[in-house]
Amino acid sequence: MLEIKNLHVAVDGKEILKGLNLSIGAGEVHAIMGPNGSGKSTLSYVLAGRAGYDITQGSIAYNGEDLAALAPEERAAKGVFLAMQYPVEIPGVTTMTFLKTALNSQRRARGESDIDAVGVLKLVRAKAKTLNVSEEMLKRALNVGFSGGEKKRLEILQMAIFEPKLAILDETDSGLDIDALRLVAEGVNALRDPSRAMLVITHYQRLLDYIVPDRIHVLAKGRIVAEGGKELALELEAKGYEHIVGQAA
Amino acid sequence: MSIAAETKSQVAELGEKYKYGFVTDIEMERAPKGLSEDTVRYISAKKGEPDWMLEWRLGAFKRWQAMTEPKWARVHYPKIDYQNAYYYAAPKNTPKKQSLDEVDPKLLETYKKLGIPLHEQMALAGVAVDAVFDSVSVATTFKEKLNEAGVIFCPISEAIRDYPDLVKKYLGTVVPVTDNYFATLNSAVFSDGTFVYVPKGVRCPMELSTYFRINASETGQFERTLIIADEDSYVSYLEGCTAPKRDENQLHAAVVELIALDNAEIKYSTVQNWYPGDENGLGGIFNFVTKRGDCRGKKSKISWTQVETGSAITWKYPSCILRGDESVGEFYSIAIANHYQQADTGTKMIHLGANTRSRIISKGISAGKAQNTYRGLVSVYGKAKNARNYTQCDSLLIGGDCGAHTVPYIESRNKTARIEHEATTSKIAEDQLFYCLARGIPQDEAVSLIVNGFCREVLQQLPMEFAVEAQKLVGISLEGSVG
Repeated sequence: MLEIKNLHVAVDGKEILKGLNLSIGAGEVHAIMGPNGSGKSTLSYVLAGRAGYDITQGSIAYNGEDLAALAPEERAAKGVFLAMQYPVEIPGVTTMTFLKTALNSQRRARGESDIDAVGVLKLVRAKAKTLNVSEEMLKRALNVGFSGGEKKRLEILQMAIFEPKLAILDETDSGLDIDALRLVAEGVNALRDPSRAMLVITHYQRLLDYIVPDRIHVLAKGRIVAEGGKELALELEAKGYEHIVGQAA
Repeated sequence: MSIAAETKSQVAELGEKYKYGFVTDIEMERAPKGLSEDTVRYISAKKGEPDWMLEWRLGAFKRWQAMTEPKWARVHYPKIDYQNAYYYAAPKNTPKKQSLDEVDPKLLETYKKLGIPLHEQMALAGVAVDAVFDSVSVATTFKEKLNEAGVIFCPISEAIRDYPDLVKKYLGTVVPVTDNYFATLNSAVFSDGTFVYVPKGVRCPMELSTYFRINASETGQFERTLIIADEDSYVSYLEGCTAPKRDENQLHAAVVELIALDNAEIKYSTVQNWYPGDENGLGGIFNFVTKRGDCRGKKSKISWTQVETGSAITWKYPSCILRGDESVGEFYSIAIANHYQQADTGTKMIHLGANTRSRIISKGISAGKAQNTYRGLVSVYGKAKNARNYTQCDSLLIGGDCGAHTVPYIESRNKTARIEHEATTSKIAEDQLFYCLARGIPQDEAVSLIVNGFCREVLQQLPMEFAVEAQKLVGISLEGSVG
C-alpha cells in the first residue's frame, strides 16, 4: 500500500530525512521508533503533505500513485489520515461542525453525495460512544480547552469516522496517562482491518504494549537503522536508543 | 440544476410574459444629471410629496452646500464629483403590486441569482419583504398580517403621504438634518426607504426585511429608513444589500433612524455585500452611511448587528444614544475587507441616562491589500451614573499585505462608570490551515470555516434564517485570499 524509496526531505533547506525506505502492506501495523530529532514527525508531515517539507530525492508510492503529486486534502479524500501529535484549536468552530465539514469534503472529492446533519450526527454518536467522547465535547469548539486525553481521543474518533486506508499516528501516546492510553489504544485496535495499513510513530515502547505492531523500524538521523518484530521494542526499552543507533553507525 | 440552467427553464416557463433580457434591460426613469435645487424639487415632485417635505429637503440642500466632506476616516478615494451623478432612478411601469406574482419576473430572477429566494424565504421563514429596487418599492408583502397587529411597514414615500404626523414627529430627530455631510445630502435627495411603526404593547409577529439593490449605472442610492418602536413593543428588522458588478464608483449615502420608547426593543441586522470592486481595486460602491438609534424611553434596548463584506469604501458607525434610564445598546459587527477594500467602521455608545449599559463586539477581518479600521466612541455623561460598557475588538489578518487598525475613544464624566476594553489581533495560523487540509477540507473552505469560527459571537446574533446566508457570504468574500 505504501512504498517509500530512498526518501530525502528538507525543511528550510536542512535535510532531515536522508534516504528512508519503508514498505507497508494492507492489513499491517508498522511502528516507527526513534529518539527525539530523528525525523519521526517530519515523516508524518511529509506523508500528509504539509507545506514546507520538501522532497529533494526519492519517492512515495501510495497504492501505486505518486503521493507527492497530491494536495493534502486530496490525500485525505483518498484515505490518508494523520492523527497529529499536537491537534490544533479552532476557536468558534464546534467539533461537530468540523467533523461534518471534513467528512463531506472528503466525500465530495470522491464524487459521493453529502451526508446531512442528522446523518452525520448519528454516525458520530455511534462511534463517539466507544471512545468515551461526550456529547458535550462535540458541542465545544474544536480542541479548545480540551485536555491532552480528550484531544487524542478526538483524533482517533476522526480516524473511526473517516475510515482511512492508511492511518499514521504521530506520538498518539504523548501526554496521556495510562488509562487514557489504554482507551486510545483500544480505539485504534478496533480499527485494525485487513484492508487498512497503520503506521504508529512513537518514542516509547509503552504504546506498543497495547497496539502490537507487525514490524518495528528504528529511525535515527533520518534513516531506518534497525528493523525487526515486536520484540525489538523490548530490546530498545532495555538497552536504549544509543545502543542500537551506535551499532548501526 | 445550475443557476444558469434554472434561469433558462424558468424563462421558458414564463413564455411570452418574459419580454426582456436580464436585469439591465429594465427601462429606467432618471432625474437630470447633477445636483441642484431643481433636482431636489424633481425628486419631491416624482414622489408626490406634500409641501412640508419639500421644504425640509430644500433646507437640507441649502445646508449641504455650505458643508465640506469629512476627511478624518482612514479611507482614501478619488474626489467624488457630485454633479456627475444621477440622484434619482426608478424602473418605469412599476405601479404598486399587491402580490409577488405581479412583480417583474426579471427582478425575482435577480434576487434568485443573488441567493435570495423571496418565495422560499417568505414561505419558510414567514418574512415580510418590502423589496426596494433602485429606489422604488415594487413589492410589499404580508401587509395584511401586519395590519392586523397594527404594525405599519411601508415605503417611506408612502408613509410621508399616509402617516404625515408620525413622520413629522420623528423624522430627523435622531439624525438631524445638519448632522454630517452625507446625512445632510441624504436628507435633501433621499429617494425611498422603509418606514416601520410598531404600536404600544405589540410584538411584531414576524421578522421584517428589506433588500436594497443598486441596478442603474451611475446612480447614487439615498435610502432613508425610520423605525419607531412605541412603548412595550418589539421589532426585528433585517436589511440586506447586494449589487451587481459595475466599473464606475457608485455613491451610497443612507440614513437610518431608530427610536425606542419605554421598554421597547429594536433589533436591526444588516448584511451588506455591495459590489466591492474587482481584485485590482477598480470600481465598487462608496458606502457612507449614518445609522443611529435613540433609546428614548426607560429600559429600552437597541441592538445593531452588521455583517459588512462589500463596498470599496465603508464609512459607517451604527450608534446608540442611551437616553432613557436603564436603557441598553448593543453593537455586533463583522467587517471583512479583501483585495483593495477599505473599511472604517465602528459605533458610538452615548450614555446619557443612569444605569445604562452597552456592549460592543467587533470582528474585523483583513485580507489581500485591504485596510480595516475599527473606530468607536464610548461616552459617559455626567448624569449617567453606574453606566457600564464592555468592548471587545478582535482583528484577524490573512496574508502580510493588509492592515488592521483599532481606534477606540473613551470619555467618562462620571466616576461611577465602568468601562472595559479588550482588543486582540491574530493571524490565521499555518497549523490551523494544515489541520483542515489534512482532514480533507479544501483551502477556501478551510479559511471560511476558521473565519466563521472567529465571527461566531456576532453571527449568532443574526436571525436564524439569515445566519446561513451570512456564513456563506463570509466564505465567498474571502475566496482565494490565501495563496
